[in-house]
Amino acid sequence: MAKGVLVDLTKCIGCKGCQTACKQWNDLPATIPDFDNNLTYPADTDAYNYTTVLHRVVEKEDGQETLRFAKRQCMHCQEPTCVTVCFSRALVKSPEGAIVYDEEKCVGCRYCIIACPFQVPKYEWNDALKPVVSKCQFCFDPRGKHDRIGHGMEPACVNACPSRALKFGDRDELLKEARQRISSDSKYVNHIYGEKEAGGTNWLYISDVPFEKLGFRTDVSQTPLPYYVHDYLKWTPTVFLGGGALFAALHFYTKRRNEVARAVEKEEVAE
Amino acid sequence: MTIGKLNFKMTPARKVLLFMAALTLVLIVYRLVIGLRPFTNLNNDWPWGLWIAVDLSAVALAGGGYSLTLMAHILNIRKFKVVARRAMLVSLLTYIFVLLVLFVEIGRWYNFWRPFVSWGHHSPLFEVFVCISAYTLVQFVEFTEVATEKVATNWHKFLKKIMPVVVIIAAILPFGHQASLGAIYLATIDRMHGLWATTMIPWLFLISSFFVGPAVVTLETLAGGRIFNHKVSIDVLRSLIRVSGWLMIAYLVLKIGDVASRGVLPQAFSGSFEGNMFLLEMVAGVIVPIVICFSPLSNTKGGLAAFGLLTSAGVVLNRVNVVFTSLVDFLGNSYSPSWGEWAISIGALAIIALAYLFIMENFNFAGHDKHQTAS
Repeated sequence: MAKGVLVDLTKCIGCKGCQTACKQWNDLPATIPDFDNNLTYPADTDAYNYTTVLHRVVEKEDGQETLRFAKRQCMHCQEPTCVTVCFSRALVKSPEGAIVYDEEKCVGCRYCIIACPFQVPKYEWNDALKPVVSKCQFCFDPRGKHDRIGHGMEPACVNACPSRALKFGDRDELLKEARQRISSDSKYVNHIYGEKEAGGTNWLYISDVPFEKLGFRTDVSQTPLPYYVHDYLKWTPTVFLGGGALFAALHFYTKRRNEVARAVEKEEVAE
Repeated sequence: MTIGKLNFKMTPARKVLLFMAALTLVLIVYRLVIGLRPFTNLNNDWPWGLWIAVDLSAVALAGGGYSLTLMAHILNIRKFKVVARRAMLVSLLTYIFVLLVLFVEIGRWYNFWRPFVSWGHHSPLFEVFVCISAYTLVQFVEFTEVATEKVATNWHKFLKKIMPVVVIIAAILPFGHQASLGAIYLATIDRMHGLWATTMIPWLFLISSFFVGPAVVTLETLAGGRIFNHKVSIDVLRSLIRVSGWLMIAYLVLKIGDVASRGVLPQAFSGSFEGNMFLLEMVAGVIVPIVICFSPLSNTKGGLAAFGLLTSAGVVLNRVNVVFTSLVDFLGNSYSPSWGEWAISIGALAIIALAYLFIMENFNFAGHDKHQTAS
């Protein structure tokens, strides 16, 4: 059963408690933050920040300006592009639906970074010899040290949220709840971000302002990107086996043909 | 300089190449120890940059290795056998160049072997990695078959015996990785500019690598002919580029059909940066070479050279457009290659240029396999 988190942006008070809890739980080093919009720091997730709370001044439908806050982190796709493109299986999807990174297997090719439709994975550029790909692990750690999910706990960020903007649970249940909240209150926009984006993600968002105003990418392909990759790669055995057999046949056929042609030439010369 | 049967003539130009090669090796070690930043200008928006563009271009330009193997050894077209060996040599050296640049490109270079034991077989990059490794090895066997004509000659008979199997593998393997290099960008298809965002991309990469092969072989034959005084008749080269020409017509039709069927053809003429780059790629890199190829110009050395240069530049521009132009609107313009990225890309070329000169002088790559074609 896939686990997920429902983020209700109307309940978020922008306290960054989740951000702090994440850094503490995951032993992420302190950094000097660069500010964005005077309030958001760091401006984006990076090698030492799995999550950041965006602060945005947005104009509502009635023309009033208001503040909204949006926690961003790995969306934990149901059909993750990063896992598909990782050629050394350093990124895998756990049975609970968490996308987990194992630095021991990582070659550092950074294909996951260019492939992610949400631009989530970040690289530890400044580390000379052991740079890691950095992203939210959903508090899942097969090595145990930073594991919460495996011990039946909710993620550190959810645990820290004082306004219940974050809710951890089974994705199916959360989806039902999201629909129910939207239908019971007209302030919500009718869009569950993550329900269909990239084929569906385990982190789901609901909001009272359109998601594009908060910097969410709303043109994400609804067809999971791994579909295009599989659709190509399925031809590989055919190309190698079929092509190999064809080339072998052609090789011996044309060689024989040339030999026969030469023999005929010689005979004609002899006559 | 002479060691045993082998010798290497020293000229001022070669001394410059040697100096560049030595400097590059130092730079490579420096990069491996110091990390990717500040050596490169790569960042989280642009995790891939010049080195990836260089590698995608170089693998395509090496296409002569498999296209000539296919034509000369699988289809046994007799007149192409004369250039098959040198096509294979250029291809092998280019693959070594690619592997060198890739080794510098990855963040955990000491982990490069991981995919061999931890199979991410669902990734196009896995196919690229396994195929390129295997193909480089296969080409090395092909190389050894020629080299043992002169050194370690007691191996030659055995190598000659296994050649039929080797050439079949050498002809089919690149079909996998040339297409898979394009398939890498299927994962970014929803962020690319419409002119390049197509599920046809693996097949377009494959066809273009096949037709650019003879173009590079033609250039190498013309240039190498001057250096080593080996002549290949214009007739052979013209026949060779005609093969490219027909494939380029098919490529052009496919490409226009693809862009038109997705309704983005008008974007090519919108005057935007992307539109202009697309037009440059198609007109200078495909249409003009096709015209040269089927005109009387193809009977002249100048025409052949122009065809070779434009076609090669066109394929390089296509790869550059896929890596940079198609994504610049989405990712922004926060990246431009650092001097170190340029220096290693160019310096690694000096290393293989030296290897090329040495091998061409000492082994019979300019000629062809007398045994097979004696009639």
